Amino acid sequence: MRKTMKITGVLAAMMLTTASFAQAETLRLLTWGFYAPEELIQKFEARYPDIKVEVTFSNNEEMIAKLRATGGAGFDLAQPSHDRIYAAQLEYDIYKPLDLSKIDTSVMEPSLLDGVKANTTIDGEVYAVPHQWGTSGLMTNKALAPDVKRWSDLCDPKYKGKTSMRLKRTILLGTAFAMGVNPFEAYSDLDKYQQILDQVAEKLIACKSNIKAYWKGGDDLSAMMLSGEIVASETWDSTAYKLYDQNKDIVFVPPETGALAWIDTFALPRKGKADDAAYKWINFVLEPENVSIMSASTGAIAAVKGGLDLLPPDKKAAVNAAFTPADIANLKFFANIPPGVEDMEGKTLEKIKAATGN
Amino acid sequence: MQSDIKRLSLILLFAPFALWIFLLIIVPHAGMVVLSLREKVAPRVYEYGLGNYIDFINEPIYWNTLLRTGSMSILVTFLALIIGFPIAYYIAKIAGKRSRGALFLLCLIPLWVSDLIRAFGWILLLRETGVVSSFLLWTGAINQPIEFLYNDVTVIVGLVYTVILFMIVPLVSTLDGMDDAMVEAGYNLGGNGFTVLRRIIVPYAMPGIVSGCIVVFMLTAGSYLTPILLGGKNSSWFTEQIYDQFITRFNWESGAAFGFLLLAFTSLVVWLGLKLTGQTLANTVAKS
Amino acid sequence: MSTTDEYDLECIGVSKNFSSVRAVDDVSFTIPKGSFFSILGPSGCGKTTLMRMIAGFETPDSGDIRIKGNSVLNTPPNKRNVKMVFQHLALFPMMNVYENIAYGLKCIGTDKATIESKVRDVLERISLPDVAMREIHQLSGGQKQRIAIARCMVLNPDVLLLDEPLGALDLKLREAMKIELKLLQHQFNTTFIYITHDQSEALVMSDHVAIMNEGRFEQIGRPEELYHQPATAFVAGFVGDSNRWSGVVASADAQTLEVTTQAGLTLRCVQQAGRALSAGQAAEVFVRPEFIRAERAGADLAEQGDQNGLDGTVDSVLFNGANSRVLVRGPSGELIEADVVVTGGQGDLRGGDKVRLSWPIAQSMCFAG
Repeated sequence: MRKTMKITGVLAAMMLTTASFAQAETLRLLTWGFYAPEELIQKFEARYPDIKVEVTFSNNEEMIAKLRATGGAGFDLAQPSHDRIYAAQLEYDIYKPLDLSKIDTSVMEPSLLDGVKANTTIDGEVYAVPHQWGTSGLMTNKALAPDVKRWSDLCDPKYKGKTSMRLKRTILLGTAFAMGVNPFEAYSDLDKYQQILDQVAEKLIACKSNIKAYWKGGDDLSAMMLSGEIVASETWDSTAYKLYDQNKDIVFVPPETGALAWIDTFALPRKGKADDAAYKWINFVLEPENVSIMSASTGAIAAVKGGLDLLPPDKKAAVNAAFTPADIANLKFFANIPPGVEDMEGKTLEKIKAATGN
Repeated sequence: MQSDIKRLSLILLFAPFALWIFLLIIVPHAGMVVLSLREKVAPRVYEYGLGNYIDFINEPIYWNTLLRTGSMSILVTFLALIIGFPIAYYIAKIAGKRSRGALFLLCLIPLWVSDLIRAFGWILLLRETGVVSSFLLWTGAINQPIEFLYNDVTVIVGLVYTVILFMIVPLVSTLDGMDDAMVEAGYNLGGNGFTVLRRIIVPYAMPGIVSGCIVVFMLTAGSYLTPILLGGKNSSWFTEQIYDQFITRFNWESGAAFGFLLLAFTSLVVWLGLKLTGQTLANTVAKS
Repeated sequence: MSTTDEYDLECIGVSKNFSSVRAVDDVSFTIPKGSFFSILGPSGCGKTTLMRMIAGFETPDSGDIRIKGNSVLNTPPNKRNVKMVFQHLALFPMMNVYENIAYGLKCIGTDKATIESKVRDVLERISLPDVAMREIHQLSGGQKQRIAIARCMVLNPDVLLLDEPLGALDLKLREAMKIELKLLQHQFNTTFIYITHDQSEALVMSDHVAIMNEGRFEQIGRPEELYHQPATAFVAGFVGDSNRWSGVVASADAQTLEVTTQAGLTLRCVQQAGRALSAGQAAEVFVRPEFIRAERAGADLAEQGDQNGLDGTVDSVLFNGANSRVLVRGPSGELIEADVVVTGGQGDLRGGDKVRLSWPIAQSMCFAG
């Protein structure tokens, strides 16, 4: 009996010490590379000395996989893209609803905010708000391939062996748009969507011989583009902007059918422990001067009013070189991915990869 | 009392091994098997069944990739053996005592950098605007740049480079134990170089050959980065398939089934290899 | 038939250097057909190098090696009809006894039936007819030894080289194997060249023994010649036990000489033909213990003219049955060994006894120092 008491005492003491350590709260961020620049973290920690920021870099798929593995524990703030929240939440229950009163939504670009809200509302609860947005489209070396304008131009025999793409869902959707169909509209009818995917696969398999290699990350894409080994590629706009810095011939081209737009959001993992710190971080990075720092690092545009103007000058120049107001109006925002679509797309991608091209 | 202490120390010695086997090998694999038997019927609704395995059988892409991974791994193993054996023989039997350590270290160097860096090293060398192509251009051997990357040959070269050490180490340690007199006796009794190699050196080194081959084959079949980064448009590797199932398609159930199939397949290949060469694990690996 | 055909092996002026070290220095010898020839020397004397040159694993820097009259310098080791039993036997552990013996026959392309009969035959001859299917690790040390010899003998070699094959055996087995090797050599009637640093192996088994030191042959002869008429101080000291003094020749005539040792003793020797010493030369004197008589002092000691004599005190008695010895501390403090008969009776010498040592001057072996 005495022993039990002793143990309880020790346990209590330990809990107290842990609690006192926990006074210095930790904000565990699960986000994209470049989305947590050191400068901002230091600034944030200076303003809130009792919060320590820990960052884990990831991507959409891994974010979901990580949170799924723990049922939404291990992180306090995640930044998946807007189209990756609804189905993941339905299926794996990994996020918790946001308390919008704690977020200064007034500074956000209303159209983007409403779009994200519409995409991520389940049972009347909002699960995400926008942070940064950008597009996927084409990148071309104007000097070597001046007339690349459509997704299908990557398959133009003129550039045989000199183009690249990432074998992921973006190119499937882009190719579908290039064929004149809107794949997002087919999300409601998966049989129809499968038909579209089959046609897309056919196109991309035929295109295989035209492709030099499928790129896997920003680094190998940049290397191939800068060295001139390829002249055009499917790309993230931010990668293209970075290359524009080094070679003014390399520009981002929104495809004729519209660049595919994504919005990276803020979402709270279901078992996150530092919600207040997370809300503080969200509001902190939405402050105009911090938006500039963030955008300089990410290369993407902040989802705040006048976000484009808050870009650093070089990035702004790259965006202006790429987009006309008409292009902006023509953006195709990724639609929510319904359950099952990822599997269908995965199979299609496997089919393309396994097909013997040359 | 004495025997109690003995037993306790035995248990303490055995405990880490048992824990390791149980917690890190048996439990995860059992979990994998259970997971692989679940089928998703609707969001958050699962049923038990063999659906994931049936999917595998019904989809030629999957088992083609598995067979491709298997056959390329066998080729890599074979090449690693062919290239590694003379190196190991040189290190164990011919090199002087002092240069031996240096040579061994030299073989270890590739392991000091990560898989990723090694793959990027190859990319720098072999890309169209890379070192090899530029050098050949400069010498005039070719008149336009050549792309050495993104094909199966590159994948095999990269894999052999990555795994060859795991062939050399067990070979060196078995060959090291071979009395030089054994080879001399082989010659003395009338054997020529080939006979001595075939009838004396290779049989003697068999434990090292078998364990080296098993390790290399398993490592190759389970490797991920090298085939992905160096591979071309058509080259799929089975681990990539598993990764895709788990990460891109959120299909953990079928990913688990694939993982289990890879384990079963590689074990089958090793078993077949042992049977075909008339070796047993007890006779070889346990001895090396 | 030319004269050289009578020799199974001839070495003519063979030398071998390893960088600056001269391992084998101008060695010449001939070995007649069917004899048991030993090369005896301390470790590092070059005997192994010499053997490896005969087997073909090393190439001499100069000189010639002939087997049955033909030079083999340009014959690779696997084509020489010289077989070798290695120090650790080098039986192939991954083959069984049958395969070990058949290996050499297979190499020369013998057909299966012949191999089988030859292997069975050689196993009969080494009296191990039933071990063919055994694995090597199932054999005893002595059996392994015999299999190693059989593996060579099945190929009918002109010369069989044995590189200290008994070294790894325990004492008792080694004694038995000495006799067995000799019997096997008789049975096969093949020339054996046996390398060893153990003089008792060499003396017991051999028809002829070569004593090797620092790359050179000091003396070749029958075992008893080496023992009783050593040609050099090294041979006298290396073969058998002996007491040894060094000193200077005080006087010499045609028959005898007197050596004064460093401690002031005077010892007399008989002059040897071919290596007579003259006064003033440094000299070494060797006397074998079995020729030294030790008697209690005070007994009637008739000093004969052809005897050397010394007084001393018994330091200790080393009892070893028929080979018992006594250690005597001589006048200048050195220890001298002498054979004695220990009967267990009252007359036996004991520690502290004053003794007189004497031996015939003909048994003092003198060499230039």
